[in-house]
Amino acid sequence: MSKNTVSNRFRTVDVDEYDENKFVDEEDGGENQLPDIVHVASLTPLCTGNLMEALQAVLKNPPINTKNQNVKDCAEGLVLKVLSAFKSSDVDKGVQSLDKNGVDLLMKYIYKGFETPSDNSSAVLLQWHEKALSAGGLGCIVRVLTARKTV
Amino acid sequence: MAYHSFLLEPISCHSWNKDRTQIALCPNNHDVHIYKKDGTKWTKIHELKEHNGQVTGIDWAPESNRIVTCGTDRNAYVWSLKGEVWKPTLVILRINRAARCVSWSPKENKFAVGSGSRLISICYFEQENDWWVCKHIKKPIRSTVLSLDWHPNNVLLAAGSCDFKCRVFSAYIKEVEEKPGPTVWGSKMPFGEVLFESGPSGVSGGAGEGAGGGWVHGVCFSHSGNRLAWTSHDSTVAIAEGGKTSTISSLSSETLPLLCVSFITENSLVAAGHDCYPVLFVYDGTKGSVTFGGKLDVPKQTSQRGISARERFQNLDRRATSSETTEQGLESLHKNSISQISVLEGGKSKCSTFCTTGMDGGMVTWDVKSLESDLKDLKIV
Repeated sequence: MSKNTVSNRFRTVDVDEYDENKFVDEEDGGENQLPDIVHVASLTPLCTGNLMEALQAVLKNPPINTKNQNVKDCAEGLVLKVLSAFKSSDVDKGVQSLDKNGVDLLMKYIYKGFETPSDNSSAVLLQWHEKALSAGGLGCIVRVLTARKTV
Repeated sequence: MAYHSFLLEPISCHSWNKDRTQIALCPNNHDVHIYKKDGTKWTKIHELKEHNGQVTGIDWAPESNRIVTCGTDRNAYVWSLKGEVWKPTLVILRINRAARCVSWSPKENKFAVGSGSRLISICYFEQENDWWVCKHIKKPIRSTVLSLDWHPNNVLLAAGSCDFKCRVFSAYIKEVEEKPGPTVWGSKMPFGEVLFESGPSGVSGGAGEGAGGGWVHGVCFSHSGNRLAWTSHDSTVAIAEGGKTSTISSLSSETLPLLCVSFITENSLVAAGHDCYPVLFVYDGTKGSVTFGGKLDVPKQTSQRGISARERFQNLDRRATSSETTEQGLESLHKNSISQISVLEGGKSKCSTFCTTGMDGGMVTWDVKSLESDLKDLKIV
């Protein structure tokens, strides 16, 4: 059998890149100044102890469309703060106050939070997870897994 | 509800003949087996061996008694019964990936094959050359076509695909039919025209959380053809009504993703999937909303025996809950995901029996009337 003595560089070419029918994701631009507004809107109720309002505020306008990772991290940190501020007995009431889309969004943040665990975050998130699961069912988790635009 | 276990392997696909005495199914291999009903027993009468890859779609044309099968070997065969034997005719689909689903049109003069090569092949019989010819619908499909359903006018075809969209195409072939009249989905229908395309995850139902969506597993036209329902992998069911407004109503369900869906009346649909039991959804045309109608399955046997403290702690240890159910298995009739639903009697407008097959190798025939009486507050409008 003849050995290929000519250059082997063609083996590193990614043919799928040149396929004219290649699937390209549709992207829209995102808004970058949201976290500041959300930051203020959620910290004030947090300081005064009105946790329900803080929850609603922090779940409004999630940074789904933006590609800026900082914005996403910032939002996630805020959500985690609010979730940790809740007492264990109030978690259930918090979940009940959300509508269907809110529960889906909450579940997204919970799983995002699981990805980067810090001292007590997992325990808090697990409590929220249990309540959100009973409200949203398995479909809620499936939607987190199949969502193409992550929080 | 009769449960019949055909095999241990999953049933990849199935199709019934016209009088519902014979069923053709694929036992997850390269063949198609045809079973005949003898009272309550099923006997295998034919084995159709021609494919070189798993058979992914079977459809049995009721009037002309022909079976079309398609498989992962990129071929489709049309089988006709000659005497006692089924004889295959190869159809060249000109695809370079596996075929995934196949469906005869209502008038049975053509059939559509959805494949992984991102296109739909519409095949019709050419008399002069005495063979099946196919035409492709390519744009704007961007991924595998998972499911197909024909509109009653024999021209429109709904396709659900892995690019998260459900579309209605025109499959008008001028060689075999006349120009179709206008429908609610549109009036100009040249071949390959897209008359409807769903957004990523439906529009109504609250703020709508932006793009998401999942692979569209099952599509179904209603009996009149004015409504189209589809289920997708993000556990949602959506219904679109053709017309100028073309509204889409969707419901995010709490179940695992549904794999197949069928209308049983103009307003109700039955869907089934990874949760192993069929569920009913009711569509309200005036409000444009889809609501969960109920779980269709054997009624739960409530055991009244108490549970001792020891058992409670044991359950807590093993299963992290102290609930009473000590049953190890699933409570549904099917023991694994349901992959296909077919209407047996009554058509899609007044279905009285439907059948489901799944990955557990079993087939269940469901009787709508007895379901309505067994399960309280189940209303099929």
